[in-house]
Amino acid sequence: MTIGLVLGAIVLTSASGFAAAALARRPAAAQAACCALLCAGCALGIAAAVAVLGGQAAASARLALKLDGVSAIFLLPISLVSGLGAIYGLRYFPQKALGLAAVRLQIFYGLAVGGMVLLVAASHAIVFLIGWEVMALSNFFLVLTDHDRREVQNAAFLYLISTHVGTLALFAVFALLRQAAGSFDFAAMQGLHAGGLLGARVFALALLGFGLKAGLIPLHFWLPPAHAAAPSHVSALMSGIVVKTGIYGLLRVSGLFDAPPAWWGLALLVAGALSAVLGVAFALAQHDLKRLLAYHTVENIGIIALGAGLALIGRTRGAPALVVLGFAGAALHVINHALFKSLLFLGAGAIQHATGTREIDRLGGLARPMPATAALFVVGAAAISGLPPLNGFVSEWLVVLGFLDALGRPRGDLLAFAAIGAPILALVGGLAAACFAKVVGVVFLGTARSTHAQGAHDPPASMLAPMAVLAAACAAIGLAPAATLPALTRAAAAWSRLDAMALEGPAASAAASALRISLVALALLLVAAAVWLLRRRRLAARPAAAPVDTWGCGFAAPTARMQYTGSSFAEMIVGRFSWAIFQRVTIKRPEGVFPQGAAFHTEVPDSVLDLALVPAARAYGWLTTRARELSLRRIQFQMLLVLATLVAILTWGFVW
Amino acid sequence: MLMRSLFHVAALLALPPLVIGVVNRTKAFFAGRKGPPLLQAYWDLAKLLRKGAVYSRTTSWVFRAGPIIGLAAVASAGLLLSMGGAPSLISFGGDFVLFAYLLGLARFFTALAALDTGSPFEGMGAAREVTFASLAEPALFLCLLVLARATDTISLSGMLGPELPAAWGHAAPALVLAAIGLFVVALAENSRIPVDDPNTHLELTMIHEVMVLDHGGPDFAFILYGASLKLFLFGAILSRLLFGHGGGVLASEALFFAGLLVFAVAVGVVESVMARLRMLRVPQLLVGASVLSAFALVLLLR
Amino acid sequence: MSSFAELVFILVVVIDLFLLASSRLGAAIRTVAIQGALLGALPLLLLEERHSLGHALVLAIGALAIKGLLIPWLMFRAIREASIRREMEPIVGFVPSMVLGGIGVAFAFAFSSRLPLPNGMAHAFLVPTALSTVWAGLLLVVSRKKAVNQVLGFLVLENGVFVFGLLLSDFMPIMVEAGVLLDLFASVFVMGIVMFHINREFSSLDTEKLSALKD
Repeated sequence: MTIGLVLGAIVLTSASGFAAAALARRPAAAQAACCALLCAGCALGIAAAVAVLGGQAAASARLALKLDGVSAIFLLPISLVSGLGAIYGLRYFPQKALGLAAVRLQIFYGLAVGGMVLLVAASHAIVFLIGWEVMALSNFFLVLTDHDRREVQNAAFLYLISTHVGTLALFAVFALLRQAAGSFDFAAMQGLHAGGLLGARVFALALLGFGLKAGLIPLHFWLPPAHAAAPSHVSALMSGIVVKTGIYGLLRVSGLFDAPPAWWGLALLVAGALSAVLGVAFALAQHDLKRLLAYHTVENIGIIALGAGLALIGRTRGAPALVVLGFAGAALHVINHALFKSLLFLGAGAIQHATGTREIDRLGGLARPMPATAALFVVGAAAISGLPPLNGFVSEWLVVLGFLDALGRPRGDLLAFAAIGAPILALVGGLAAACFAKVVGVVFLGTARSTHAQGAHDPPASMLAPMAVLAAACAAIGLAPAATLPALTRAAAAWSRLDAMALEGPAASAAASALRISLVALALLLVAAAVWLLRRRRLAARPAAAPVDTWGCGFAAPTARMQYTGSSFAEMIVGRFSWAIFQRVTIKRPEGVFPQGAAFHTEVPDSVLDLALVPAARAYGWLTTRARELSLRRIQFQMLLVLATLVAILTWGFVW
Repeated sequence: MLMRSLFHVAALLALPPLVIGVVNRTKAFFAGRKGPPLLQAYWDLAKLLRKGAVYSRTTSWVFRAGPIIGLAAVASAGLLLSMGGAPSLISFGGDFVLFAYLLGLARFFTALAALDTGSPFEGMGAAREVTFASLAEPALFLCLLVLARATDTISLSGMLGPELPAAWGHAAPALVLAAIGLFVVALAENSRIPVDDPNTHLELTMIHEVMVLDHGGPDFAFILYGASLKLFLFGAILSRLLFGHGGGVLASEALFFAGLLVFAVAVGVVESVMARLRMLRVPQLLVGASVLSAFALVLLLR
Repeated sequence: MSSFAELVFILVVVIDLFLLASSRLGAAIRTVAIQGALLGALPLLLLEERHSLGHALVLAIGALAIKGLLIPWLMFRAIREASIRREMEPIVGFVPSMVLGGIGVAFAFAFSSRLPLPNGMAHAFLVPTALSTVWAGLLLVVSRKKAVNQVLGFLVLENGVFVFGLLLSDFMPIMVEAGVLLDLFASVFVMGIVMFHINREFSSLDTEKLSALKD
């Protein structure tokens, strides 16, 4: 029974951490046991997901669990990434060295994974919320792993506030749905009417609650500090799959309604476009490696939202092509992003492990001492930039196909204007490629900019193996995208409850095109191999010349510090976005004929957090403190406040 | 049909250095010089392939891989291009996305190879190139969307195929605006004046040139050939857009190659007549091209 | 004839977008002159049987003379004293101006068919072009720092209103249209005098300096 696999996954993963605690006397064995249990649970999860995507049904009314196509799409990356992260953690966060912290981490890691599996498999609102809260609270403790540092405490607190505001909104959503449907069961909520006040309230609240978890702009403000503060394999978990549960929730809730109004899809499109463009722009301005990767998560969530918005509009219009292309693009990008973002975060962890710093401007030239990490990181960087022949390109291509379908609308149909999304995606892709050229170039290439980068070495095999598996998965999906389309179509049919026959047409043509993508990818590899062979033959004919120093245009004493840094690289682009990114520059200029020293430092505050929320919170705090002081002075003032509130409530009651 | 496709592949592989030759000859004509022979680029490539290579101590495998992946990506993009109105070797819905992103792949690895040298000049070139490229991408997409809407197809073979001459009947103004936008994008992507000066000797003023400064021998041959291929690809699109006519196979092909010649001469004329724009103005030029193409699209959508 | 009119409309919008991007005063003045001349040709291109040829001719010649020749001449005289040739970065930068202008054009072309206007027999591009030109003119007036550019923005705005006026030329007697042109001429004349005085006072046409008059 497939649902038994899911149940087993939940139990094994949640319990895995406690195995580490139970065997704490023998740390190596404890961690190995925990990892084994978690991986076993993840394997069960993968098996269940594959079975459902292959067409099997999985449901159990008694346990309020149901795994349909949509759930399976999310269960797959959840299981894969968390299992690989646990293997990575064996040497990255060893229990033998870190003792109690590692035990705590493993307990909450397991609970987080278990919570996530529970929530994607839930078919009852309360079960969903239980899984959601377990996941959210476990994430809080995971972020707090390194709790001695002030910034970690702040990040965790910010995370806690935002996730609980989101959960509050979710309580409201499910309360409203229960009121309309009469039961907390998802099956009973199916087929609700979307127009009118109920639909509007539910969607707005769902957008707030799930958007906070997913990190749509402007609800993304908690994401960069939290993802940067956590240990790297936890960041991989959080960026790769926890934020996707927000997308899952949005899809699930919007899937409950029969004919969603057009503004739902439009709202997602706008939010997606903003998140994508601003996310990548903020990422370009960062010089902390993990903060940069966190902002890229915001960008990719934007791309997923674009696909989901298209799918929603397709359901409004009854256009099966839009539905299947938009949903397939979004769903595939969920999986793809989980794969390459985890790869990048694990790589960042390897870099931090080897050099002790996350500042890219202190690194450089790491490709020589860390060749395997460099190669895998370059694969991840190319994948996230959407470059063929890797997987990022395929999901972006599917979303663009959706926009092209919108473009084909007859004259006078305003939907055709949605095709502006395609150039926006092109802009985002170009900026993402620029950002990762910056990251790879500054971190791995050139020469070391400080002593941090010396003494670096490749991480041990147990840290490299998960990265290699992820990179292989990226390449596999990129080279053979047609294989993913049947599963994606099935999931699209499950979500939209459109007739599978109607979705077959556009899905088949997309699959045929995907086959040709594989052909071009193959041609690319063959031509590259041919050119490489030509070069080898040409160079073999001549004696090898000794390596020299790079020509610095005649400069007599070049140093490593003269290389382009990350902020120099990104300066022109960040300047373009000066309407949204407010960079603070501290500069100490070189002065005099023989300058003694100079310094340059850029700081980019998050526009939403540091320039809107924090000042607003501070102002609110000031206001309430003043009000409290005022009211504490005279008792008459307190009486006045009570009277005013009473009058206000009475007026409201009578008027409404 | 197969013969025609094979002929096009042969043309794709053989003709690009000739296009460069025409451009250089046109520039020499405007400067009152005789100029290099038309086939000079071929001799240059042969000479470079015979040379050895010297590598810097700071470079790694990325530096060696850059030119290889760059050339392979641009050549693969050529497989998707439809020439002379015939369908391309490989064509499918949305293939222009793959086309654009393959060019992006080439640019990504060229930028990485530049950063691998550890020299500030290459870093500067790479930074400028990726900035301008990210602004040129939306413009390219908008122009191709205009073509897609005008011909009601979504593959390059459809956009540049038999429907295009008919599309001129009802969408002429939009297609003209899209052609202007495409020409600006072609100049930007191929590092031509007014975006970048291919003949400058001052590293501080270079964009593309400085990125490939450290490559030599066969690597540089691959880079030069790849650059000429890229110019050829853009010229092919513009030639078909502006000189595409219905009519027989022979007429289409003849007009196509004539259009390529006109494109090369036009690039040469622009290079001779205009000065390079200040770096601050290049984004304005590219955004202007995007807005123009967006206007063309709006004209077709209303 | 209709396709020529369509070409003129498209050229007018392209000129609007170009003005939003240009920083050179001389080129901007000449471009506005070209736009005015183009608009002068419009009444003749949109001519139909029931309109009087004489009416259209007077309008065309009047527009060409005033917008295409007289006003640019006045503008060139005004900036000759000030000897500035460029606008430095305006309040809304060039790129955001272009993008905003483009968005305005897109909205105008997308939604103008839904406006409740009596444009049954007019060319389909007339109202969107008018709206785009008005929007571009407003953007120029609001965002540029040099007084000359603000005057140019006002001219573009008036051009947009002129195009709108063509919509109602069935109902608008010649006196009202001539009045519009006279109003335009008078405003530019007055603004020229104002610019002369600003320049004399501050040796610059930067309107930011006007805030020094506060105290």
